[in-house]
Amino acid sequence: MEDKKGRMVAALENGTVIDHIPTQKLFTVVQLLQLDKCKDSVTIGNNYSSKKLGHKGLIKVADRFFSDDEISRLAVVCPNIRLCIIRDYEVVEKKEVCLPDQLTNVVRCANPVCITNNEPMKTVFYVVDKERGIMKCRYCGKEQCIDNIKLV
Amino acid sequence: MGNRSIVSIADYSREKIQQLLDMAAEFEKAPNRRILQGKVVATLFFEPSTRTRLSFETAANRLGARVIGFTDPKVTSSSKGETLKDTIKMVSNYADVIVMRHKLEGAALYASEVTNVPIINAGDGSNLHPSQTMLDLYSIYKTQGTLENLNIYMVGDLKYGRTVHSLLMSMRKYNPTFHFIAPKELEMPEEYKMYCKLNKINYVEQTDFTEDTIADADILYMTRVQRERFTDLMEYERVKDAYILKADMLGKCRKNMKILHPLPRVNEIEYDVDESEHAYYFEQARNGLYARQALICDVLGITPEQIKTDLTIIEA
Repeated sequence: MEDKKGRMVAALENGTVIDHIPTQKLFTVVQLLQLDKCKDSVTIGNNYSSKKLGHKGLIKVADRFFSDDEISRLAVVCPNIRLCIIRDYEVVEKKEVCLPDQLTNVVRCANPVCITNNEPMKTVFYVVDKERGIMKCRYCGKEQCIDNIKLV
Repeated sequence: MGNRSIVSIADYSREKIQQLLDMAAEFEKAPNRRILQGKVVATLFFEPSTRTRLSFETAANRLGARVIGFTDPKVTSSSKGETLKDTIKMVSNYADVIVMRHKLEGAALYASEVTNVPIINAGDGSNLHPSQTMLDLYSIYKTQGTLENLNIYMVGDLKYGRTVHSLLMSMRKYNPTFHFIAPKELEMPEEYKMYCKLNKINYVEQTDFTEDTIADADILYMTRVQRERFTDLMEYERVKDAYILKADMLGKCRKNMKILHPLPRVNEIEYDVDESEHAYYFEQARNGLYARQALICDVLGITPEQIKTDLTIIEA
C-alpha cells in the first residue's frame, strides 16, 4: 500500500494523466484540450513539487484518451510533457509529446496582413526546425518561433 | 484543390521556366491571335494596380479572350464584408481563369485552394508577384541570350522590394553572382542572404553606387528608394541621391549591360539615361505582355507546341 501522503490526487481507473506541465502553461493546456467543456471527471492540480521542473502542473482525465492530433497540439504549448495512459489502475503506455511536421488550425499567424488573419479559414503551419521550434505559415511564408506563438 | 494555378514561380524547374520563356518568345513574334477565343478571363483587383491590370487585360484581349473584372474593391461586395472565398466562388462560375491582385499576403494561394478555376497571382501584398518575375526573367534571357552565369546588380530598396526578392529566388538554378547595392537601412534582409548561402549563390554587398562599382554588371536592376520606408528621415535625406543612376555613370559598363526597373520610376533613373542603349525598362514593361500571355495560356493547359503550330494568328 502506497503512502497516503505521497498520493496527492486520487488514482485513475481508466483515463489519461498529463504530467510535467510547466505551471504557467497548465491552464493553456486545459483550454487547448477543451477540458472546461469535458463531461468526464477531471482533476487539475498545480504547483506540485517536481524533481525535473521544481514545480509542475498535473491533469487527470477519467475515461478519456487523446488522439494523436490533440497530442500534437499540446506539443506546441509545452514540448516536454508526458502522457500516461491508464487502464485498470495501471500505466499501460507513456507518450512523449513531440512537434508534428504540420499544424492545422492550432497556431495563429503573427503577420497582421496574412490572409489567415482576415478570412474565416484554417491556418496551416509547417514546422521547419523542430529543435528550435521554428514554424512557417503556409500562406504568407512568415516564420515564427514556438516561444511566442498565439493559439487560434 | 489541385489545378494549374500560378501562385509562385520560385520553385519552378529550369524546364518549366524555359517552356514559359519559349512561349513568351512565340507571343512576341505574333502577339495577336484567337487562341483564347471563347474563353473568359476575370481580372479581380482587390487592390488597385493599373499597370499590372492593363498588361494582363491586354494579354488576354490580344489572344481573343473576353475580360471581366473589377479595378477597385470599393465597388464590389468585398466592401460589404463578403469573404474572399465567396467572391472567388462566385466568379468561378463565370470565368475560365482568374487573375487576382490582393493586399493580403497568401490571398492567391488561399484562392487557389477554394476553386477549380486556375488562379494567376498578380501580386499578394508584399509577398509574391510571379508575373513580374517572369517578365524580368524574359527580359534578362532576351537581352543576354541566357540566364546562366550572369552578374546581376540590384540597386536601391532591397529590403522591401518584392521584385528583387522574387528575382533572386528564381535565378537560383542559373549560377548568378549578385551585387546588392543599398543604403544600410534598406539592405537585403538576412533571410535572403541566408537563402543565398544555403543555395550557394554568390553575392557581394556594397553601399557605393558609382561608375566603377557597376562596371562588371550584365544586368543593373534599379528600384525606387521610397521616403516612407525610412524611420530616420535624416538618413533618407542623406542617401536619397546616392542611388540615382546618371548617364555619366555608364562610361565603363559592359556593352551587353541592360538597365531594368519594375516601374514606376520617380527619380532613381535620370531621364538622360533613357537615350542610352543600356536603358531597357520600357521594353521590359512590353515584355510583360508576352510573359503574361504565356502565363495565361499555361494555366489553361495550352502547350508550347500548340502555340508554335497555332493557326489562329492574326497577321498585322
